[in-house]
Amino acid sequence: MSDEYDNNKSYQAQSSEVMDGSVGSVNPDIDYVRPAEVGEQDLYHGHSFIEKWVFCQDAKVIGVQYFLTAVFTGIVGLILSWLMRLQLGFPGLAGFMTAEHYYQFVTMHGMIMVVYFLTALFLGGFGNYLIPLMVGARDMVFPYVNMLSFWMFFVAVAVLMASFFVPGGPTGAGWTLYPPQTILEGTPGSGMGILLMLISLSLFVIGFTMGGLNYMITILQARTRGMTLMRMPLTVWGIFTATVLAMLAFPALLVSAIMMTLDKVLQTSFFMPTILKAGEVLEYGGGSPILFQHLFWFFGHPEVYIVALPAFGIVSDLISVHARKNIFGYRMMVWAIVGIGGLSFFVWAHHMYVSGMNPWFGFFFATTTLIIAVPTAMKVYNWILTLWRGNIRINTVMLWCLGFIVTFVNGGITGIFLGNVSVDVPLSDTYFVIAHFHMVMGIAPLMVIMGAVYHWFPLVAGKMLHEGLGKWHFWITFLGAYSIYFPMHYLGFIGVPRRYFEMYDSPYMTSAVGMNEFISIAAFIVGAAQFILVFNIIKTLKTGKKAEQNPWKANSLEWYTSTVPPEHGNFGERLPVVHRWPYDFSVPGAKDDFIPQTTAPSEVIHTEVEKT
Amino acid sequence: MSDQKIDGFELKPGFKGMASDTGSDQTMFKGVHWGKAMMWIFLLSDTFVFSCFLISYMKGRGSTIVDWPNTSEVFSLYVGGVPVPLLLIAIMTFVLITSSGTMALAVKYGYEKNRKMCGWLILATAVGGLTFVGMQVFEWSKLIHEGVRPWGNPFGASQFGSFFFMITGFHGFHVSIGVIFLFIYTYKVFAGHYESKKRGWFTKMKGDYVEIEILGLYWHFVDLVWVFIFAFFYLW
Repeated sequence: MSDEYDNNKSYQAQSSEVMDGSVGSVNPDIDYVRPAEVGEQDLYHGHSFIEKWVFCQDAKVIGVQYFLTAVFTGIVGLILSWLMRLQLGFPGLAGFMTAEHYYQFVTMHGMIMVVYFLTALFLGGFGNYLIPLMVGARDMVFPYVNMLSFWMFFVAVAVLMASFFVPGGPTGAGWTLYPPQTILEGTPGSGMGILLMLISLSLFVIGFTMGGLNYMITILQARTRGMTLMRMPLTVWGIFTATVLAMLAFPALLVSAIMMTLDKVLQTSFFMPTILKAGEVLEYGGGSPILFQHLFWFFGHPEVYIVALPAFGIVSDLISVHARKNIFGYRMMVWAIVGIGGLSFFVWAHHMYVSGMNPWFGFFFATTTLIIAVPTAMKVYNWILTLWRGNIRINTVMLWCLGFIVTFVNGGITGIFLGNVSVDVPLSDTYFVIAHFHMVMGIAPLMVIMGAVYHWFPLVAGKMLHEGLGKWHFWITFLGAYSIYFPMHYLGFIGVPRRYFEMYDSPYMTSAVGMNEFISIAAFIVGAAQFILVFNIIKTLKTGKKAEQNPWKANSLEWYTSTVPPEHGNFGERLPVVHRWPYDFSVPGAKDDFIPQTTAPSEVIHTEVEKT
Repeated sequence: MSDQKIDGFELKPGFKGMASDTGSDQTMFKGVHWGKAMMWIFLLSDTFVFSCFLISYMKGRGSTIVDWPNTSEVFSLYVGGVPVPLLLIAIMTFVLITSSGTMALAVKYGYEKNRKMCGWLILATAVGGLTFVGMQVFEWSKLIHEGVRPWGNPFGASQFGSFFFMITGFHGFHVSIGVIFLFIYTYKVFAGHYESKKRGWFTKMKGDYVEIEILGLYWHFVDLVWVFIFAFFYLW
């Protein structure tokens, strides 16, 4: 790695184990890569339209299916946020809006965006499309299970959407679904709505488990020749670690969903304490609502990193490619991803500072929470150092990446505020919290998704998205997102509580009214701006410029497929053989400013490549 | 796919071996079949599911205000008018553990390509699993007959019934899924699908005897979980 770099001497490019000091005399073994351990994968090619495009076993098609379904749910979530902002900015303007509707929209917006949009998009969408291509596999290792995974997700989304149409509507308990109020009469959607939500979540977990096993085994056991773990693009590292987190965190969600379903349907009392309702004692008694909170957040906090880690990985690759520079501190980046993933299991109770925990418990969780800032800050510094003295292309992709860094730092710093118990207690349940998590796990990962769409669209569709439209899309979204969330920090400081349908005659009214109107207008504009991308995609598919192979001059394997877009089996006759990491950009002495991962060491013998 | 000889790669023992396997290309677990690695990771995830159930149970049992029912009385059977605690559970546990033994033998005969022995042993395992589920149905119906319900029971804290039915039910569901697959594999072995490399009806993939070992992993896991449930519900 970089610490072995020496300016005075030309280093020979080495495959991992072979060393030969003298320049000029080429060791014949220099290009040696171990033969394949496993035989060719047995692939089933679809024969009919249904097998090729509907119940398809090709990970790339499944990835696109996941992507489109997730984007559909995302648009539903976006419309819900519009309706919420309409009520908050201009109370009473939407005549149909009652407090019950508002709670239902809040709940569904939260659950859809976190689970059905971001998680499915990053792991199901990008994971399926990119993992086999980036590690040099023909497909996911269990294509059939992979197909089932998508259709299970599809059914989960269908069940979730069905809850809008049942009597009582969807649940309005808040996305955290805290008992006891979640399943008690009086909460909107406490009948069919909550039941469908719990069923949908269970289906999602089952579907995700099937996909997650695929992602993990493909990365661990199906890499191509020469592809060591430390030669994988950081995208793969991010998705891999996020998948590990998901495999260990979703069980807690599944269990809490099952127990809540039983509480609802069979009147068990897992989470339900003795409750008086209108002077009458209900059937429930002896359960623990706090137990649900622990289970939920044992899932919920890793979930934040399930969304964030793939974004970290993807943005690292995008920055490196478009700054024409190797990623600064690759190993540090990998260990930071793994470290954040590990730590994320020990911080869950920082969501519960006001739940009445033992203060020492809060102290412990505040400490672990703040420790996460260390690897995260390392990553931010490394992104900036990757940009430093890079040959930066200010194109749409890079703009989204820069937008991500700024937004993420912003959201991260407010996270340090909220990680401390004494600061969190007065700020909790205010708009400060809303601003914090939307910045850090809403807008920031979304910026990466947008960057990734502009980056990989030429690979998926074979055409280049329009740059001008992309820049409009970026600037409106970036400035608009700040217009939405920056004022929310102030709303939080003056104490405006979250989840309130309206402020009535409270003292907040005077100073918050103007700000709320401003935020709402910005939200409408930013939401509408997202359709620029939809328009751009449709326009590009119809009349767009045809993309050449590897238009960004990247090194990683997904750009070196036999055809663009890649077909089933990805790499044609022979799988690629990997000799280096994917970050050999602007290597002194090299012919081009990039050296593909497949370039043999003997071809770049007089260049100063890093030993990877 | 599972090849014992790893070309150009020296498999070293101990921590050094683990480090060099991890640092190598292609695979991390050398010579391990994809499906087998998948099953291990699935079982790790499933361990978290059962852990969440059992920890919730411990929390629930530890914080009830009403006393927990006396399990040695609730779970006892009357043999000739004398209550024998844990009799049924002892038999159930014995049957399930025995089926683990037949499963292990089936794996061994499968790898030896002894189709007949392998088939009969898988069938024996399936029958053992079915017997276990049958006895569980008997136990449930006995408890329901005595008035135990998920929402309450005459013996003590209402959470007893809730946790008991939920956790043994979830385990019984695992056993039932296993039994279904055991019967399918019995058919596949006797029909010789692993020799003829016939493509699966659903997955369109060719089978191999390693599938039996993968199912075996699952079956042993279900047994192991039962040991924990046994300890936490019947002995505590």
